[in-house]
This record gives sequence, C-alpha cells and structure tokens, in this order.
Amino acid sequence: MTIKKFFNEMTDDAGSVRSHYSGYSAWLSEMPQERIAHKRAEADALFHRFGITFAVYGEDGGKERLIPFDIIPRIIPADEWKALAAGLRQRVKALNAFIHDVYHDQNILKAGRIPKEYVLQNGQYRPEMKGIDVAGNIYAHIAGVDVVRAGQGEFYVLEDNLRVPSGVSYMLENRKMMMRLFPRLFSRNKIAPVDRYPDMLLNTLRSVAPTGVTDPIVVVLTPGAYNSAYFEHAFLAQQMGVELVEGQDLFVDDDQVFMRTTRGPQRVDVIYRRIDDDFLDPLVFRKDSVLGVAGLMRAYHAGRVTLCNAVGTGVADDKSVYVFVPEMIRFYLGEEPILNNVPTYQCRLKDDLGYVLDHLPELVVKEVHGAGGYGMLVGPASTKAEIEAFRAQIVAAPDKYIAQPTLALSACPTFVESGIAPRHIDLRPFVLSGSEEIQLIPGGLTRVALREGSLVVNSSQGGGTKDTWVLEA
Amino acid sequence: MLSRTADHLYWMARYMERAENIARLLDVNYRLSLMPQPADQMEKAWAATLRIMGLDELYWEKYDEITPENVFDLLIFDRENLSSVWHCLRAARENAHAVRGTITSEMWETTNGTWLKMRDFSPAALSDIEISEFFEWVKYRSHLSRGVTIGTMLQDEAWRFTRIGTFLERADNTSRILDVKYQLLLPAGESEGGAADYYQWSALLRSVSAFEVYRKVYRDLITPARVAELLLLRSDMPRSLARCMQEVYNNLQKVANNRSAETERRAGEMDASLRFGRVDDIMRGGLHNYLVKVLARVQDISNRIANDFLVPVSA
Repeated sequence: MTIKKFFNEMTDDAGSVRSHYSGYSAWLSEMPQERIAHKRAEADALFHRFGITFAVYGEDGGKERLIPFDIIPRIIPADEWKALAAGLRQRVKALNAFIHDVYHDQNILKAGRIPKEYVLQNGQYRPEMKGIDVAGNIYAHIAGVDVVRAGQGEFYVLEDNLRVPSGVSYMLENRKMMMRLFPRLFSRNKIAPVDRYPDMLLNTLRSVAPTGVTDPIVVVLTPGAYNSAYFEHAFLAQQMGVELVEGQDLFVDDDQVFMRTTRGPQRVDVIYRRIDDDFLDPLVFRKDSVLGVAGLMRAYHAGRVTLCNAVGTGVADDKSVYVFVPEMIRFYLGEEPILNNVPTYQCRLKDDLGYVLDHLPELVVKEVHGAGGYGMLVGPASTKAEIEAFRAQIVAAPDKYIAQPTLALSACPTFVESGIAPRHIDLRPFVLSGSEEIQLIPGGLTRVALREGSLVVNSSQGGGTKDTWVLEA
Repeated sequence: MLSRTADHLYWMARYMERAENIARLLDVNYRLSLMPQPADQMEKAWAATLRIMGLDELYWEKYDEITPENVFDLLIFDRENLSSVWHCLRAARENAHAVRGTITSEMWETTNGTWLKMRDFSPAALSDIEISEFFEWVKYRSHLSRGVTIGTMLQDEAWRFTRIGTFLERADNTSRILDVKYQLLLPAGESEGGAADYYQWSALLRSVSAFEVYRKVYRDLITPARVAELLLLRSDMPRSLARCMQEVYNNLQKVANNRSAETERRAGEMDASLRFGRVDDIMRGGLHNYLVKVLARVQDISNRIANDFLVPVSA
C-alpha cells in the first residue's frame, strides 16, 4: 500500500528542506555515499559486539537479533516538542487520576462519563486493587505513549502504554551510537541531551517509596536472561546502580520484601518490575508463575513495598478505554485535551460495527488487547481474502475489536537498499511520574517501518529505530 | 550483593579458567604425542588424561579407539560433554549474560566475543590450522578475560567472587595436570635425566607456563620433586596450588558472612599447610596420594562456598 499524501519530516510539499533539518541536510549532502555505508556497517558491528540485541534467545545462544538502526535522525523543532510535551504531561496526569478513581470512588463512572462495563468488566481491571492506597496516588510511573504525526504540529496518540513499556534503552543507545559515529554533527547542531534518563528514573522510583522509608532500596525485577527485553532490564539496573533481581532472588517475610544476598536478607522498598501483573505473585494471580514472588501482593497491600508500575494500570491503556481519554482529561483536569485521539470505532457498538464492516478496506482494525503489531488488519494493505477472513473474526467476537481510519503517518528519510527514501515513523516518548513531578526526556524512541509503504513499526514486524533529536531553541 | 549474582560471577570465572586448563592439558599431551615413542605409550597418555577428567566412560560410549582427533572432538567440541571447551566458553558467556549489569562492559564484550568466535570453530576448520594455534587462542582469550576483569572491575565483593572462582578452579586443574603427568612419567622406565624424560617434564612445565620459571628458580636439572615443589608449594608461582589457596583464603576473608567461619578456617588451614609444607614430606607419602587428598579438600571448600554464599540464605 502506498499512502499518496503524507507529511515528510525533512522536506515540505515543494521539496525544499524544512528549516530544522537544514543543518543536517547540508551535512548529509557533503557525505560521500561510501562513507555512509561504512558507518552503517560500523554501527551494526558495534551493536553486535555490545550485545544490544532483542528478541528470541535460542538454544544455541546465538539467536539474538539486532533491531535495525537507521543513521538518519528524526528531528523535532523546539516549539513543536514543547507543545507535544505539554500534551503528554496532561494526558498521563489524567490517566493516573483515572486509575486512582476506578480503584476508589469511581466518580467518573458514577458521573456516567464512561460506561461502567467498559471498566468493571474489563479483563485488565484488578479488583485486588480496590481501596489500596499507593504512594503519591501514582500508578503509571513510567508511561510510553505512542504518538504519530499526521501534519504540521498535528500529533495523534495511538496508544498509552502504561504497563511495562519498553524501548528506552534503545533511545539511549541510539544516541550513544550517533555520537560515536558522527561526533561533529553534535557540535554543529544544538541537540537536547537524553542521558539523564536513568537518573530521572531512579529519582522517580525513590520518590514513591513507602512512607517512612528514608533511604529506599530500589531494584529492577526481570523475568530473566531469556526475556526479549533482558538487555534493557540489565542496562537500566546498571545505569541506575541498583540490583537486577529475578523472582527467585526475592522473598516476603512478615509482609516485608527481602532479597537474598551473600550477607543475608536485605530489605527492598521499591520494585521497578518488568513482568506483567499476571506473573507477580503466584498466591494471587497465575499459580504457575515461577517469575514472581509469593506473598508480594500481601506486602503491597500492607504498604511495605511500592510496585512500579502499579498493579492494574492495564485498565487505562486498553484500546476500548482509549476512546475515553479526552473525556478523562476534561473530567479530572477541567482542561481540553492538547493531543488528538485517533477517531475510533468500537465494534461492540452496533452502529460502529456496521460502519466498520462496510469500510474494512480503508480502516485499520486492532484487537482490544493486542500488542506488538500482531492481530491487526491494515485494510488498504490487505488482499480481499485477508479482509474477508478478518471480517469473519470480527463478526464472531465484535467486542474484541476496534477500528480506526488509516492515518497518513509522517515519513522520515531513511537508508534503504535503493538509497535514501521516506519511510513511515512513530514516536514513543517516555513520561515519568513521581510523587513530586512529571518529567520527560526530550524526544523518545523513534521507530521506523523499513518496508516501503508499511505503517507497522514494531520490531517484531520488521521495524527499525532512529535517533530522535529535539533541537534546543 | 545478590547470592545469585555471586553465583554467576563465580561460575563465569570458573568456566573461563576451566576452558584454559583443558586447552593446556590437551596442548601438552599433543606436544608429547609428536615425540618418537611406542604407540601404546601415547594411548596410555590420552587414556590417563580422560581418566583424570572423569571422561573415560563417556569417551568409550562414543568411540572405539583412542586417537587425538577423537579426544579433541570430545574435549573441544562435544555439546554433551559438560567439560568441553565449547561448553565451558558457552557457560562462561551465559553466566556473564545473566550478570551483565554487574560486570563491566569490557568484561561482557570480551566474554561474549570469545563465545561468538568459538561458534565459528569446527573440527573441520581446525584441521586446517595447527591445533596448537587453537589452544593458544583459548589461553589468550582467558588471559584477556582475566586482564579485563582485573583492569576494569571495581574491587568489591563481586570481584572477590570472580577471584575465588578463578583460583579454586585453577587449584583443581593444576593438581590434576600434575597428577596425570606424574603417574605417567614416573613409571616410564627411563632413568631420570634421559632425553625423553627431559622433554616430558619440560612439556608438563610448559603446559602450566612454568618452564622459564623453573629455569629461573632452580637453575638446575628438571627433577620430579622440584617440579612438584614448584607447582605445589611455591606461592610466588601464579599457577601453583599454594598461590591458588592463598588467593582463595584472602578473598574469602573479605566476603565473610555470619555462616562462613568454618569454610574460612578450612581454606586457611589448607593455605597454611601449603605455606609451611615440605616437598620431601609430600614425596615420601606418595605424590598421587597427596593429590587425591588435595582434590577432595578443594571440592569440600567449593561445596562449602556454595552453601555459605551462593545457595540462597533462607529467611
């Protein structure tokens, strides 16, 4: 599929370079092609050597894959970032207020602004969280909000990832790689630094320690070395200078969480957990989980440990609840949303379902609980047979699906086999919410769909990444 | 630090050291096999090597006759053999991978790089190059790992556990190398000082990088008792048993916890007996008998370290 008309990040409709790209573009035109090719090969070799890898770790210990890294950066001008950041803060603030509300008084449901069943019947709603008070009333401490651009200054939120969003390590490593490959570029452009992220994250985590703890011990909880995001878990623990633990390293005694150390048990106050709710505590959630810690939820209920993100945030980033985020912003903050939501048809509603079934070739259909670019239909890119097969799935279980118009995602020049060509991109900025403040690192992770015309940027679907520059004013 | 982290560091170091020592052991045997001698003599040497590594049963399950190629297959490439170089380098890398947040990036890159390269070697590829080049490669990768560890790692508890792993493994391996050679060389019949004897003892010394050291220390003929003294009791010799146990004891003291007193005592006792021991006494009781006891004590200390530090401390 080719989207005829899309916003090109680097050039305008007349083909001239946008002002915020002028410095880079001039530099790029001076660079010989062979030198660029050489630098790309160097980047690949370095990522391999550092073991900055992703995905399945096979039995032979050799199946780690690289996420393709593109050396043309995605550049965001200062004023545009300012507006985007304000919109992200607003959105995450409202989402945290919403999660607190649905596990306490449920005012938004009582006010009829969101139908009760969307929340209470939602598989991601955790009744275990009802009435539990969490530090600072913050639930989604780390949010990875997926944003796409349609036109000038026109950003849409695709998804609010509030459970265990990943990718921030690639944001940091991509920047390191760019600085290593092209140091002079950084002296020629005023690019906002990103390397404070681990410090900001640690401060955020420490700020939500249980009350009464003055010098909180923070750990990162990973499912283990075979997890696809293990590199990131280890990386963040190392950068923050905290222990990287597995479930087997922790135990709960008298409602207090401890880790097993060479000098005996040591107290743990804040757990940055990178495992899903379902696996946290075999006594409460999945009994077969070997990744979690028996008794963890008891300690959590007793207010003796903070989990980041909190349990039960999934109720707010579900695609069926997504529709109501603008309403949350109005309800909790009394403000108008700064960022757009993509118009969304809910197949559970009769009228919407009718529309969706009539317009499948032009829509994107997603599973409500799907992630990673799986279980979706991109209408304009699909064959008749694929569309009909998907139609049958929707009719069989309409509640499971939502649909959205196919957005003309912006595109950024990218190195591909044929040379430099535009490829569609998105952006995942990371929003940190602590008990005192909401913080963002300028930029985020830019993902790029490397296949021509493709709108799916997920790494599991052949996506790559780029360094993201926010220019300082 | 986490007990599991300590465990990974300890085994990372042990496996790297083990890979090096397998390479050393095979190298010396291979060099000896190139000397003119009766065929059965060489077979005995390979058989003794397999026995001392506890691999003779596995070997005879897989092969009908003893050839250097078969032995290399089993000890270098075999994936079922937990003591093959392939497996050791993989295990070192797996352990490093599990604690890559604790070790320095240079350590990780070195260990990972070694493993990636090991995967490129195959029996076929090795027939093209001199096998000794491969042994050299393993030794140098191990040197590099150790150097990177010493040169980049904060000398904290994590470092202590890698050191303990290195030296316990080396204590075990030096004892084994000495035992297998000694058993073979002495009954060989030739009188002390003969040409073949000289080559064999010098090959043994070379296998633990001790040939020049021997020359420097003794400035005299190579004799079994002096070799034993050098490899067992000289604490200034970095691969000697005395040096290994001194390092184990010193590092153990630095990580002591409230349950490790007895382990420390046993390591200290062994350290002292090596420091004050006399080679005459050892030889009088029989070197082999002595080494059997040494291996048992090293094993005992390993087990105790696992229980005191590495196996989770129960709540």
